[in-house]
Amino acid sequence: MPPVHAALPSLAPLLPELILGIGVLVLILYGAWRGERSAETVSVGALVLLLFALFVVISQPAHGRVTTLSGAFVSDAFSKVMKSLVLLGSAAAIVLSHDFFKREKIDRFEFPVLIVLCTIGMMVMVSANDLIALYLGLELQSLAAYVIAAFHRDDVRSTEAGLKYFVLGALSSGMLLYGASLIYGFTGTVSFPGIVSALNDQAGAGIVLGIVFVAAGVCFKMSAVPFHMWTPDVYEGSPTPVTAFFAAAPKMAAVSMTVRVFIGALPDVTAVWQQIFVFVSIVSMALGSFAAIGQRSIKRLMAYSSIANIGYALIGLASGSQEGIEGLVLYMIIYLAMTLGTFAIVLSLRRRDVMFESIEDLSGLSRTHPWIAFCLAAMMFSLAGIPPLAGFFAKFYVFAAAIKAGLVTLAVIGVVTSVVGAYYYLRIVKIMYFDEPKERYEPMAPGLRVVLALSSVVVILFVVMPDPLRAAAANAAKSLF
Amino acid sequence: MLGLGILSGLLIVPLCGAAFILTLNGDEAAVARNSRWAALATTIVTFALSLVAWSRYDATSASFQLVESHAWLAQGIRFKLGVDGFSMPLVLLTTFLMPFCVGASWNSISTRVKEYYVAFLVLETTMIGVFQALDLVLFYLFFEAGLIPMFLIIGIWGGKRRIYASFKFFLYTLLGSVLMLLAVMAMYWEAGTTDIPTLLQHRFPAEMQWWLWLAFFASFAVKMPMWPVHTWLPDAHVEAPTAGSVILAGILLKMGGYGFIRISLPMLPVASQDFAPLVFALSVIAIIFTSLTAMMQTDIKKLIAYSSVAHMGFVTLGLFTLNEQGIQGALFLMISHGIVSGALFLCVGVVYDRMHTREIAAYGGLVKRMPLYAAAMMVFTMANVGLPGTSGFVGEFLSMMGAFKANPMVAFFSTFGIILSAGYALWLYARVIYGKLEKPNLQGILDLDLREKLIIAPLVVLTIYYGVHPAPVLDVFAPSTEALMTGMKAALANTQTAAAALPVPR
Repeated sequence: MPPVHAALPSLAPLLPELILGIGVLVLILYGAWRGERSAETVSVGALVLLLFALFVVISQPAHGRVTTLSGAFVSDAFSKVMKSLVLLGSAAAIVLSHDFFKREKIDRFEFPVLIVLCTIGMMVMVSANDLIALYLGLELQSLAAYVIAAFHRDDVRSTEAGLKYFVLGALSSGMLLYGASLIYGFTGTVSFPGIVSALNDQAGAGIVLGIVFVAAGVCFKMSAVPFHMWTPDVYEGSPTPVTAFFAAAPKMAAVSMTVRVFIGALPDVTAVWQQIFVFVSIVSMALGSFAAIGQRSIKRLMAYSSIANIGYALIGLASGSQEGIEGLVLYMIIYLAMTLGTFAIVLSLRRRDVMFESIEDLSGLSRTHPWIAFCLAAMMFSLAGIPPLAGFFAKFYVFAAAIKAGLVTLAVIGVVTSVVGAYYYLRIVKIMYFDEPKERYEPMAPGLRVVLALSSVVVILFVVMPDPLRAAAANAAKSLF
Repeated sequence: MLGLGILSGLLIVPLCGAAFILTLNGDEAAVARNSRWAALATTIVTFALSLVAWSRYDATSASFQLVESHAWLAQGIRFKLGVDGFSMPLVLLTTFLMPFCVGASWNSISTRVKEYYVAFLVLETTMIGVFQALDLVLFYLFFEAGLIPMFLIIGIWGGKRRIYASFKFFLYTLLGSVLMLLAVMAMYWEAGTTDIPTLLQHRFPAEMQWWLWLAFFASFAVKMPMWPVHTWLPDAHVEAPTAGSVILAGILLKMGGYGFIRISLPMLPVASQDFAPLVFALSVIAIIFTSLTAMMQTDIKKLIAYSSVAHMGFVTLGLFTLNEQGIQGALFLMISHGIVSGALFLCVGVVYDRMHTREIAAYGGLVKRMPLYAAAMMVFTMANVGLPGTSGFVGEFLSMMGAFKANPMVAFFSTFGIILSAGYALWLYARVIYGKLEKPNLQGILDLDLREKLIIAPLVVLTIYYGVHPAPVLDVFAPSTEALMTGMKAALANTQTAAAALPVPR
């Protein structure tokens, strides 16, 4: 009989996921036992759980690469950074939703539970080292997300959003699975290192077909063009805190998953998938920038903005180099701060229990709420990529990687669309600063303030101290090459 | 202190002033009053600090001085500041003009005063930063960051079409400069650093120089602005508040010229030589075409804006003559134009504050009621025309001389610019100042008050002083210009020998 420790896989790298998994079961039991009154406690419990998991992730060793579960699960510097982002995004979503759901009278304990379940799925996606683990994580994340989108179940828009997300999401999962099965069929293995050695720098037609299907699946999850159609509707229909959540954590997970598959399993056939991502990146940037111009709803605008931003981030992936991935990781860090900050402000536009979601409602915000307007202006200039705000540096690194990889056309198209994008971000600044003020909004809830303050610090002060975040991104990228 | 030198101080002081003004609280009138005084104090302290920097600066040396360097984005991308003969005068010009801008806005800005001065002080930091940056990424950062406060200044405190003008200004300039960013990245991967002193020594391959040059040109030509990408300038000038116009004409336009002399000419000498005819053509068109356009304007500010474009044509002309006279003349013209056009916009502001119109037709015969104003305006108009004895003459003469040496035909055509400038400037002066004082609402107009005298008098003195004694400015430029010429000649000779050494295909 083999010794016990050989039979039982090492659980240390899995610790954050285990904590969340066990914790969420306790929360479900507590919620079921206490009923509707437990929403508040479960929320706090989920928040504590997420922050504790974050603490555990951060205290994992910074270097080295540990695999477990027969190599299906990997923990390295990349997973450490991306998991931190996922956990931060999820924790912020719970904070942002707290006040909102209570006022809308839909504060049920299932929401935080679903967020935590979704988070576990995302963390598995980030750490997946074979196609099965990847798909498991993806499905856990997606199923929870479909339910969350329809969380406001008496609201037609919300249920429509949930249904739309589900139908299209299931389709894309199917495509991804089909692609994965093709890759498995032609290489005979599902493990990423196994695929690397099986391919041996060669990609036959079957593999290429598999890669295309997998790329289509991940593009859907990242909401990259041409698989973006669900994004504006789901963003607009879902309750606003849910939109904030979708724009933050799942984006991080989807991007990490893409990096894992294409850099982890297919690094030697870069030429095959590089053109896919160059194309996806160009059309995402272009469509995101042009389509956002005509939007009136802030949530729809942010949906198109997120499409464009994924386009920029994918420039890093398309470069296929270590610099590119470093830029991509940094982009995601900064994008998380910008998007959470923006949604914290959108959620604060409330007057006598009415939420305002149209861009016109920001009119004259600089007069009625100077600090909020200042922060939102910083977010907008940052999203537009104007220095000295963090968004500039995010773009700087991905474009620099593209130039180094010789993708000059991609970089030129990218910067030109960023000028188009600047137009609609400027329009928000114009409405806040140049137009006449409306009635004041209610003061911001404390939770929103914390999220806004933290993200503003990242966005505004990155220029002064870029090193901690940049070094984290560099470390993460290094662990993949 | 934290290892920061005096140049960092020049960046930090205005920011501190802005932060202080942001914290002001209380009733609106008190906040407005305190903001004004705080802004004035900050700009004066900054100016004093720049004078200290000047006193530590050795004007006989061509090397970068007062250099400080801090770790920043990467090994080769550092937060590095320093000044040389090209940048020191422009830093001084910036800090010198700022108190005048604060003074000019004293009464004319009455809404959201606090935010106004915050935007202005932040703008000052970015402008000084552009001239002090010794790293291309840092240079780009300041170059672009200045757009944000200027966008707000035009958009919030501007005239009727302020929103159109602010968007046009922002997007136009942004589109130009993003291409420069890509060029900076290409240089980074080629040379392994964006450190300007290192890049000045680096020889880029000729083929690459072309592309880099064009990318930088896209940015600097818009900023300059050169014909045909100048159209944002008249709009921005007309709609901006007085102080905004002063800064636009006085400093922001100089960033383009500074970019050419700091980056395009020394780092990309081969491409600069190859593209010089293009620049000549655009400059000559700008000089003649915009001078003619200026003649037909009915708005005083727009007229001065077009004349600025024409003068910037002389600057680009002078720079790309690639000889010492031309470059010295262009640099001098930049300083002179900074003072003179700034002063002209201040003068327009004086009557605009009284009458709230900039239509030329609304004025006439002001000399009867405003003799001092008429005298001051006369000096600046003459300097704008380039009359000997004013600072405008020195720069234009030198750059024309350089142009004659490089290409007599170009010099011949650009001379028309001077004739035409006499036309529009004197005609403007005649229509506004002379004639009968018959408009009823002008009957009670008052001459300059103490504040306005204090603002305008130093500028009059400088305009005439530099006209008769330009040596102090030219001497500062001289060592750097000389170093630039030697460097360029060596680089060009090198490429020629390399080309000659290539085996001839048979």
